[in-house]
Amino acid sequence: MDTFGALAQGLMVALQPMNLVFAFFGVMLGTAVGVLPGIGPALTVALLLPITFKLDPAGSLIMFAGIYYGGMYGGSTASILLNTPGESSSIVTALEGNKMARAGRGGPALATAAIGSFVAGTIATIGLALIAPTVVDIAISFGPEDYFALMILAFTTVSAAFGSSVTRGLTSLFIGLSLGLVGIDLQSGQARVSFGVPDLLDGVEVTTLAVALFAIGETLSVAAAGSRAEEVIEPVKGSVFMNKEDWKRSWWPWIRGTFLGFPIGAMPAGGAEIPTFLSYALEKRLCKKPDEFGNGAIEGVAGPEAANNAAAAGVLVPLLTLGLPTSATAAIMLAGFQQYGMNPGPLLFATNPDLVWGLIASLFIANIMLLILNLPLVGMWVRLLAIPRPWLYGGILVFATLGTLGANPSLVELGMLLIFGLLGYVLRRYDYPIAPVVVGLILGPLAEQQLRRALAISVGDPLVLFQSPVALTLYALAALALFGPLLFFLITGRKAPVGGDED
Amino acid sequence: MSDPTPLSSGSKPDKARFVIALALAVLAAVIGWEAWRLAQIPSYSSVGPAAFPTLIAIGLGLLAIANAVEAMKGVEEERPRDEIRPIFWVLAGLVGQIVLLPFLGFSIATGWLFAATAKGFGRGPIWAHFLAGAAICFVIYLIFAKGLQLSLPAGPLERLI
Repeated sequence: MDTFGALAQGLMVALQPMNLVFAFFGVMLGTAVGVLPGIGPALTVALLLPITFKLDPAGSLIMFAGIYYGGMYGGSTASILLNTPGESSSIVTALEGNKMARAGRGGPALATAAIGSFVAGTIATIGLALIAPTVVDIAISFGPEDYFALMILAFTTVSAAFGSSVTRGLTSLFIGLSLGLVGIDLQSGQARVSFGVPDLLDGVEVTTLAVALFAIGETLSVAAAGSRAEEVIEPVKGSVFMNKEDWKRSWWPWIRGTFLGFPIGAMPAGGAEIPTFLSYALEKRLCKKPDEFGNGAIEGVAGPEAANNAAAAGVLVPLLTLGLPTSATAAIMLAGFQQYGMNPGPLLFATNPDLVWGLIASLFIANIMLLILNLPLVGMWVRLLAIPRPWLYGGILVFATLGTLGANPSLVELGMLLIFGLLGYVLRRYDYPIAPVVVGLILGPLAEQQLRRALAISVGDPLVLFQSPVALTLYALAALALFGPLLFFLITGRKAPVGGDED
Repeated sequence: MSDPTPLSSGSKPDKARFVIALALAVLAAVIGWEAWRLAQIPSYSSVGPAAFPTLIAIGLGLLAIANAVEAMKGVEEERPRDEIRPIFWVLAGLVGQIVLLPFLGFSIATGWLFAATAKGFGRGPIWAHFLAGAAICFVIYLIFAKGLQLSLPAGPLERLI
């Protein structure tokens, strides 16, 4: 089946009334959590996993994807009006966007972010549909040693891309890998790192870890910050419609942002943050009025927002075609697939084409819904920002424990939630990134499986790992990701721009 | 978060990161010991359950050293002081929920969690938040336990229905 036929088939799936409802619910929820500080798409999907267990897989996954895209739209609203990015890939948007809002140009800033997100999201989703089948064709010939190398690449890029130093990223990753060891080893039946506690034999639940690190850890660190985290909400002034000049100045940054964001997101390189930094730097250089940068240049909002959304779509390429999550939200979505007994990867395109293509097609629909929801209804989302924080965080904790209890009604599970929550607080406090912990927990066991499979085929000869040209290329890229920032520092004498964390 | 300030060499060693390095070393030892224990069990495959834990233990050990070295370089950025009281309240909420849950059920235990968290963020009075929280949680219980068939712990309040 050719791509367009498959996509048309997917569109039929996505347009089923029930799936439209799921998509709508997803984008609403995603926008809301994107706007609210302290909760992002990763946490929301993690909370919904136990609740959606009994629902239709296609519908739930469409909803998760809607949350993912919606979070990106909502995040820009929070950064522009509040100067506190709702999620990390909107940090750059806050730079110019909040300046525009203070200068009474909040309306056009929100509009260029929303339309730019739409343009980028649509182009990048087309890119996803075009590239995915090719990647699947290549991936089908991968052996276990290639998959192992691919996971090593994901490990290194995730650790190097997030956080303030490679040491910190790797530390987080290895904490996640250690947690991944807990439980019964499937191949030998031996209990590992369980210390005789029966609840640990099943391993650490991804949802428990993610909810604890994101919800509890974030609540603790915001609570600990006390009064120093007070925020000012800028009211939306001016029309939400852009004038002719705004359009002219936004158009190219949208396109450039898209073409920066999508490839970087699509490579197993992780994160939507790096392209936003690159786009900002590029627009600053190309802008005809460079003195406006720092005082509210519309290009500084349009480019990074487009890059952010394009990268978000790009992240779905390795997730769907290789089963390789490169961001925290993607990692949780992988857990969502696993909950229904499906493993994303080349085989999923063959066994479940309706689901995969339905999911991709639903992204177009989600994008249209988001554009409609975000432009005229921006006032409604802004009102969410006025929820008093004691109630907001109280509510977050109520839902965090509800989700955990729903997945597994045991006090040990709640205890783990508490302990991992404290871990999340400590990691945040000392600037260690969160995402690699989640990715390590999910990918660790998969990497071990591939490693043992490769070594079993070669009867224990470790050289098999370094004989395939694909694997060698991937190792070279992994080395580049680890030592790239160091090279950057040595060559330019400046620290490489690094991404933030979370989603 | 990007960290624009260069490493300020010559400042005092970063105590907190020493503690983290120590914790990593302990974790490395625990997993290394576990790997050693697993390696004693005869296994039929060429790569047993001990191989991967061994790699992770080595990695953790190296990272403990790397963190200790970075800690020696000194505090990179002055961290603002964290307040202890709000943390205490939030933790009291979570621990209280675990303690209350088996006896009093979901609504009352989670109502306490809500009240304690609100208190941690500086919003009282605690009893009013407890009542409101328990009432909301009762509604949540009805929706999720009855509507979506999640098995949430029931207490005296939940048994009324």
